[in-house]
This record gives sequence, structure tokens and C-alpha cells, in this order.
Amino acid sequence: MTLTKVDNPTTEARSATTFSLGHAAIGLVVLVLAIAAVTTDAFLTQTNLTNLLKQMVTTGLLAYGMLVVILTGGIDLSVGSVVAFAGILTAGLSSGLPLPVAMLVGIASGVLFGLVNGTLVARFELAPFVVTLAALTTIRGLAFVYSDVPIAPEDESFFWLGSAMLGPIPLTTVIMLAVFLVGGVFLHRTPAGRSIVAIGGNAETVRLAGISVRKHVLLAYTISGFCAGLAGVILASRVGIAQPSVGVAFELDAIAACVIGGASLAGGKGSAAATLGGVLVLALINNLLNLYNVQSFWQQVLKGLIIIAVILVHRASRRRT
Amino acid sequence: MRRTKLLELKAVHKAYAGVEVLHGVDLTGDRGEVIGVVGANGAGKSTLIKILAGAETMTAGELLIDGTQTRPGSPHDAHQHGIRTVYQELTLAPELTVTENLLLGRFPRKRGLIDWRAAHEQTKTLLDDIGFTSINPRQKAGRLSVAKQQMVEIAKALVAKPRVLVLDEPSAVLAGSDLDALFALIRRLQQQDTLVIYISHRLVEVLELATQIVVMKDGAVIATTIPAQTDEDELIRLMAGRRLEQIYPDRRAATDQPALVTKNLARDNEFRDVDLTIHKGEILGLFGLVGSGRTELAHCLFGATRPDHGWIELGGTPHTFKTPQDAIAAGLALVTEDRKGSGIVPDLTVRENVALTTLYATTRGGLVDQKAQRTAVQAMVDRLDIRPAHCATMPVVRLSGGNQQKAVLAKWLLKKPRVLILDEPTRGVDMATRVAIYRMVDELARSGVAVLLISSDLTEVLGATDRVLVMREGRIAGELRSEGATEDQVLAYSIGRAA
Ligand SMILES: Nc1ncnc2c1ncn2[C@@H]1O[C@H](COP(=O)(O)OP(=O)(O)OP(=O)(O)O)[C@@H](O)[C@H]1O
Ligand SMILES: [Mg+2]
Repeated sequence: MTLTKVDNPTTEARSATTFSLGHAAIGLVVLVLAIAAVTTDAFLTQTNLTNLLKQMVTTGLLAYGMLVVILTGGIDLSVGSVVAFAGILTAGLSSGLPLPVAMLVGIASGVLFGLVNGTLVARFELAPFVVTLAALTTIRGLAFVYSDVPIAPEDESFFWLGSAMLGPIPLTTVIMLAVFLVGGVFLHRTPAGRSIVAIGGNAETVRLAGISVRKHVLLAYTISGFCAGLAGVILASRVGIAQPSVGVAFELDAIAACVIGGASLAGGKGSAAATLGGVLVLALINNLLNLYNVQSFWQQVLKGLIIIAVILVHRASRRRT
Repeated sequence: MRRTKLLELKAVHKAYAGVEVLHGVDLTGDRGEVIGVVGANGAGKSTLIKILAGAETMTAGELLIDGTQTRPGSPHDAHQHGIRTVYQELTLAPELTVTENLLLGRFPRKRGLIDWRAAHEQTKTLLDDIGFTSINPRQKAGRLSVAKQQMVEIAKALVAKPRVLVLDEPSAVLAGSDLDALFALIRRLQQQDTLVIYISHRLVEVLELATQIVVMKDGAVIATTIPAQTDEDELIRLMAGRRLEQIYPDRRAATDQPALVTKNLARDNEFRDVDLTIHKGEILGLFGLVGSGRTELAHCLFGATRPDHGWIELGGTPHTFKTPQDAIAAGLALVTEDRKGSGIVPDLTVRENVALTTLYATTRGGLVDQKAQRTAVQAMVDRLDIRPAHCATMPVVRLSGGNQQKAVLAKWLLKKPRVLILDEPTRGVDMATRVAIYRMVDELARSGVAVLLISSDLTEVLGATDRVLVMREGRIAGELRSEGATEDQVLAYSIGRAA
């Protein structure tokens, strides 16, 4: 019998392949959608593209925060409500305070909600689903308590953030991309980011390695809160009016973007770049269905089916390894 | 005509994504046989039995049962053929009770509903029958010690009265009377014409139990023999491809400077009155049967749990560890016994797993210093001979069990502790690597590290240590100098029969 060596240098290459296959799935979908887009005249217009870029900002910011939480093995259902609260708070305060201060306070409210969620999950060891579900309704309620009618600031400068352009690209899109860039480096290159990923894989191993699970889980929810606060302020500024009812079900799009990007809801798996891909896919789907004048109920159905299809592609590409 | 054998594997090949790990393995077994499968870590033993169990599919080859060709495509298929497997890694549902785990899918019913009383009774009878009397059927599986979980796994495989029972390192976590019960069980199954396939790194066991011994190396069977014609030394030589001159290092002189001292340490329902001293440069063994409180004590020393009474002193000053972080900051390290539950992060690479303890210490400008990490981890991989040699970028779950264990060990060695607590560190580790681990622990001790070595392996607990403490029912029941002590003495303390 021959004694062939088991150890084989191609294993390394293989894990690299697994990685790129996951991304290839997204690439493919983006490509198909892009081709479909070219087939309608309305897609490649300046107005439509600018709109597309602006519309993906909210989902994008929420999705990054959601990714960080999902990586720990948790979930943040409260982000849609935080969007509403941060927006209406900023709009309300902007009549009395300087605008930048009002905006910072809006974002800070998101951070605060994240801290509360994180504390309940990390410190009191409550289930993330339950905690953030409670937060979803509480924060929505608070938004209505603050103002049960929409607030439309008079001051022109309120709209600036949501409408400013950096050359051909909306400022808010640049902000979102910056969040993903910095956030990607955070997740993939810093000790805290790596700890968050490891916690989702096996929290007990991480705890016994001398890394505080609590602190990192708290950090994850705070980051999600920050992103939601920022998204709320930007959305209010873009629309020009803050509504306490805005953002219902936004958390679902955020979760969908993560999942399309290959993140595992069990935690420990997912990347910032792939999530951004997921955001792009969702935005393109929405945009195209609008351009093709698909009725909105059918839009929902199609979106659901497309999400399933993408996940199946993912699964298939993983199987092959 | 030749009588058909119960089980025949012919020229089995297996590749994972193009990398072949089994290169044409043959294995034949018949009713009433016990086939012992031995081989170094990563030799392909688990892969082979996973194929038999239908958990993996072979790339090429044949499987014949009673002479008919089959190819189990799923564990369910294998069950249909009467093949049951106890895997190397625990697979019980932690939130379900022992009864639920055992009888899942075959509960006794009364008027359409599950008859829980009958179910618990049935479980109790089953466990008693096979000699595992110390398990409470109503307990959640996740609450049981690793050893008890292992017993439940074995019981679960037996519920369906299999014709072929495959055990992948079942004894790694068992000791004393539990081990005796397992052996008696295997002999009984043998008499009942069951074919038992038994994988173990404890060669003495294999020599005692097996009717046929199969030696694997690098994905192939390199020898088939019977116990009467071989011995431990020869098996080791075959597996490792070389002679192992000396298993345990020569003893060193330990210092008399205490490194870690406990005073009256106790945790309710776990252990009490624990007064122990580990000296600098000493390797202190801790032996005890399942449930004696060894692992609980280790977790408490490490700050993973808090003591109810008593305290810990390091270098003469009392310490309270609120978290493992505090303990680590004070120079402690703990290699836990439950590799899957608290040793690895399965989907992260070997590099990230090994680097976990030093994650926050290896940074440059706030970012993880990848280059330093790579160098440090590769040095550990080489030093502990973790295979394959380029495994640093592989997810740690893809390593064989023994190699995963080495990765866990590497994680703590990288941290350079002053007090090293090892809970079953050689579980599932092959002989050649054990020798390497003993040597490394010895080197650490020579450099002044205090080591607490918890083990259910009697030979190891005497051979690799300077002094042995024996725990029984939560207390330290005895202390022995390892030099000159016998295994019987240690056992006697552990079951309360010491003279
Ligand atoms: N899912 C997988 N993907 C890639 N390689 C794998 C996978 N599972 C196992 N291997 C490789 O197959 C080889 C054989 O592993 P196996 O688990 O069968 O070894 P083993 O003989 O059981 O070792 P041990 O004594 O350590 O348990 C190893 O090199 C391992 O890295
Ligand atoms: Mg194995």
C-alpha cells in the first residue's frame, strides 16, 4: 500500500475559493440586474441613478449596524423605530437649536437606545429578539409621544445634508460608503471586530480566552443604534419632513441585506463588503420594479422570491466545497 | 464458497474539494468481532467511519453489507442497515433531557400522547442495563459532564439494537468504573454477535478488547494484525513511522515556592474544603472519577465561576477572580476539557483561534498586526506539529479531532502563562504528539511555570507529574508522590478504598 501524504497544499487554495464563491453569487445577481437595468431607458438617467444612490443610504446604514449585531448571534428589530425617533427629534429640535447640534442629538438618541438594548442583552442576558422587539414598540411610541404630527422644518439648511452632491454622487451615499469602509476595517482588522465575529461562533470559548463578551455585545448594539440614529437624521433631511410613522419594517430590509450578503443569522459569519453587495441588490430590485411599473404588492412578492433565490445560490456555492 | 462477511469496505477513497484524505482503504468485519482502529491524528479514522455512518459520502469505493453492495447516502440509510455510530464530538441536544435524547422518535405513547413516566423508566432501565447507572434520565443533556454525555451517546446508539456499532474514541473522557462498564458492554455486545468498531488512542485498551487491529497512517491502512501478535511499542512505531524512545520526560526537581494556593475553596454542590498548593516548576496531577469535581474546581480557579467559600492566593497574596480576564491577567491559563463547547470557535481559521488569547496584545496602530500574528501562530503550528502544516488558514473544524486539541493548547501556550491548568489536554491526541506535549509541559515547568494537569488517564497522571492529588466526591481524598506510586493506589483513593 502506498503512503501518499495527506497534507496537501491545495487546502489553502480551497478555503480561498469558498470565500470568492460566496461573493460570486452576489456579483452574479448584481450583473443580471444591471443587464436588466440597461434594457429600460429610464434606468440610466441622471435622476434615477441619483435617486437610487440616495435610496440605498437608509437600508445601507441600517444593514451595517444590523450586520455587527447579527455577527454576535443577535438581532436588532428596533432600528426602524429609531430611524423615526432620531428624525423627528432632530426636526423638532432644529427650530430651537443650531442644526448641527440638533442632528448630533438625534444621532446620540440612537446611540442611547443601542446602549439600552445592549445592556439588556449583554448584562441581563435577555434574548435579543425579545429585547429589541420591545424596543421596537417602545421607541415607536416615544416618537409619537414627541410629536404625533409630522414636523417640517422651515429652515432651508435642514434639507442640505440630504440633497448635497459631491460631484455626481450624493453626500449621503458617500457617508454610507464611509461607514462601510471604516466599519469593514473595524470588523475585519481590529481586535474588537474580530472578537465580535468570534463571539457569534462560540461565546464561551471567547469568554474563557479572557475577552469580555458583555462589552463586545454592548458595543455591537451601540453601533447598530448609532447607524440607525444617523440613518434617521439623513432620511428626515432628504425627505424634508420628519414623520413619527416612518421606518416601519426597515429592519426587515436591513436583515435581508445581511442575509443576501451571506451572513448567518446564527452569528459568526458575514462580511461588510458582502453586506454592501446585499444592499445594492435590494436597491436595484426596488428600483427596477418601480421602473417597470410593477404593482407594489407584486413588488413585495417578487422581492421575497428573489431573496430566496439568492440564498439558494449561496447555499449551492457553499455545498460545492 | 466463501461465507459473506457482515461488513466489507473496499478501496474507499475520500476527497474534500479535491484534496484526497483516504487513499483506498479496505476494512472487513464480521459478527462478534471487535475491530480496533488506531492511527495518528489526521490519519483518516473518523473520516472512514463517517462514510460508514452515511454522514459523508465516499468519492470512490465499495461498501458491502452481508455481501450486498450498498451506499448509505445519509445517517438514516445507515441506521436502516443496522449501523450506529458514536462520533468523536458530542452531538446531544443540550436543551433536551436524557430521555428525550435517547428516545427521540420512539417515545412510548398513551392515548396518542407521550407517556413520560414510561419514557423515563424505559431510559433508566436502558442505562442500568448497560451499566451506566449514575445518570438521571430527567436531566438536561447539556448539564451533564462530558463523560456522562459520552455515556448517553453510547446508550443512544444502542437503543436501536444495532448490528454494527462504531465508537470513535469513546474512552477519551471515561475513567475508572465507567471505563469498566464500557468494556463489559462491548464484550456483551460481542457475545450477542454485534460487530464493534472501536477507535482509540489508548493502545492498551485496543490490545485488550480487539479481535483485529487495523493501523491507519496518512489516509491508508498500513497494517492489520491481532493483539496476540503485536504490542504497544510496535503499534506506536507503525503509527508514528518511528520509534518513540521515551514517553514521559525525566523528572525535574520542583521548587518549594508556592505559585498558587487555595484555602478552603468551595462551591456548593461541586467541591469543598479544597486546600491545594502548586509550586513553581511543579507539575501537579489531579485525578478523579467523573463527578468528583475536578473540572468544576479548574473552572473556579480560573475565575469562570465564583467560589462560595475560601479563596485563592497567588505569590502569597489573596486574589478574587471575577472573570477569566482577571485570572488571565494574573498569569493563569485553562485548557478546558470540552473542546467543542469552550475550546474552539469552529468557523474561524486555525490562526484566529490560536491568536484569540493574544488578540488585544498583538496590534499595531489599533489594528490586528497580521504579520506578527501569522508568525507567532505558524511557530506554534510547527512546534506542536498541528496538521496539515499549512492549516493556519483553514477553519479549525476541518482539522481532525486531535489536531483541534493541539490548536486549543497552542492558544494558551502563546499566552505564556505562569500557572497553566490543563483539563484532559491529551484527549484524543495520538501517542507521538502526547510525547511532544509532555515534553513541552516539562519545558514550561523547568522554566518555572506551575502546572495543574487534570487527567482521567492513570498512566499519564502518574507518568507526567511530580505529585498527584486525588479527588473524590468534591474533596481532595488523597495525595501521592508520583515517583513510585502505583495506579492502584490512585484508584483506591478515588473510590474511597484507600488503606
Ligand atoms: N470537512 C473537511 N474538510 C477538509 N478536510 C477535512 C475535513 N474533515 C477532515 N478533513 C481532513 O481529513 C484528514 C483526516 O481527518 P480525520 O478526522 O479522519 O482524522 P482522524 O484519524 O480521525 O484523526 P484524530 O485522531 O485526530 O481524530 C485530516 O487531514 C483532516 O484535516
Ligand atoms: Mg478522529
